Order: sequence, then C-alpha cells, then structure tokens
Amino acid sequence: MQNVTCADFLKELTDYLDATIDESTRAELEDHLAWCHNCYVVCNTTKKTIEIYRDSQLYELPDDLRSRLQTAILAKCATRKKPSAT
Amino acid sequence: MALIETNVKNAATDEMALVHAAKGGDVAAFEQLVKRYDRNIFRIAQHITQNREDAEDVVQDAFLKAYENLEQFQGNSKFYTWLVRIAVNESLMKLRRRRSDRTVSLDEDIETEEDTMPREVADWSPNPEQLYNQGELKDILRKTIQGLPASFRTVFVLRDVEGLSTEETAEALDLSIPAVKSRLLRARLQLRDRLNKYFRKPKGGDAKRDVRGLS
Repeated sequence: MQNVTCADFLKELTDYLDATIDESTRAELEDHLAWCHNCYVVCNTTKKTIEIYRDSQLYELPDDLRSRLQTAILAKCATRKKPSAT
Repeated sequence: MALIETNVKNAATDEMALVHAAKGGDVAAFEQLVKRYDRNIFRIAQHITQNREDAEDVVQDAFLKAYENLEQFQGNSKFYTWLVRIAVNESLMKLRRRRSDRTVSLDEDIETEEDTMPREVADWSPNPEQLYNQGELKDILRKTIQGLPASFRTVFVLRDVEGLSTEETAEALDLSIPAVKSRLLRARLQLRDRLNKYFRKPKGGDAKRDVRGLS
C-alpha cells in the first residue's frame, strides 16, 4: 500500500486497533500516523471511545433483581419438560 | 478484570460437562450456566432494547429457550455464543414490538460516505471521562450509543463491550465476517464522532476542528 491516504487509513482502522493486521501494513499505517495529525487524533480518540465503553459498566444487573430472575428462570425450567439425554 | 478473565478460562473447561448434564434435565447444572452468563445477557439485552423491563424479559426468555432447546446445541460453537444468538433474537423482537417497527433488523446497513469520514477531527482532553461525574458520564455514554442504528449498536456491544471475537460475533448475529468488520468500524467512528462534543479540548486548547486536512 503505497502512499497511504486518510481514507485508506480509516478503512484499516478497525484491524489496526484490534492488532489483526500484517506487519508491513501496520508499518505503512504507522508511517501515515507519524505525519497525519488528523488520523493520529481519530485513531487515539477511537481507541479511547472503545476503552471508555468497555470500562463503563452502563448496565449492571443489581443483585436483588439478579436473584429474582435466577429464581424465576430455574422455577420455570423445573416445570418444563425435561430435555432428553440423547 | 484479570481475575474475571482467568475464571472464564477455567470455567470453559467444564462448560460442556454442565451443558451435557443440563441436557439430561439437571436443573442445578443449568443454574451454573445461568449464573455464569446472566449479567452478560442482561447487558446485551439492555443495550439492544434500551428498556429495562424488556431486558429482564429477555434474560428470562433467552435462558428458558436455551434450556428447552439444549438438544439443538451441538457444541460446534461455544455455549455462550449460542446463548447470545438466542438473546439477540429475543431482544430484536422486543425492540420491533415496542417501536411497532417491523424493519428493525441486523441486515439494516445504512452505508453513506460520511460513516467512515469523520465530520470533525477534534482532539480530546486528556482523561476525558474525568470531565464528568460517574452519573453524568453514564448518561452521556447511554445517550450516545442509543443513537446508533440497532445493527451497529449490537455489533459494537458484542465485540467491544462483551469482548466476543469477530468470528463469534459473526456467528451470534448470523452475519459474514466482512459485514461484522464494516459495521464495527462505522459504529466505532460514529460513537467517536458523537462523543466529540463532550470530550474535546476546550476552546483555546490545541483542538483541530476541521477535516480539510484529510487526504
């Protein structure tokens, strides 16, 4: 990939961030990052976006609700037809 | 996190034994599987349905459906991936019902040029999450991800929040690997774009506000 453009870089961004990219492509993308401030910013802020969501614990299941749900699920399972062991 | 990951790895070794026992009607074995994954299923369901009651229903319905259909699970994939597939389908049904919108589907693929070309390139403050208190930050993150199309939101949640691999996500959503990658890229870029207004450096800082420099 000669002369990586910003569009090229963005196309590869997901594989770049996930480190699922071959060495030579990675080197070319990093070469682009070294001089392109905009892509550098997009790359860093996208990485940060992922980290913030990963760590955010937006929807944690409260313990009381959790045990209510577990009880309800298992009570219903017990009344359902037993799966056969075949 | 490291402890949780270690536990999950160890747990994988006895998972098939639990599934096998549950297939034979051992509710206690199934209980172990419920306890292992109920938090994940709740998070996924709440992200997709955007509704707490719906998410509670999905947790119950997905596990019940899994229990009743354990025979269908052949062990070609992980039990968790199979369970996620059931939960995603249940969640989408809830979403369609609530929106009386029959078109909600994982196939929706709104492809436009702007999806991959950032509208605004602004550098963020260092540690942007510290600009807000916990409650404010969660509100911002919820509001922002809720604005994504369901198909993008679902791929992002499975890959980046729940940590499924691209292959597992493709399997759980019945999508091709290129489709997962394309949705993930656009979901990530759209979220980043939408978070700009909350996290960018204040005026007078070193923020770059235009995309004219993009080649």
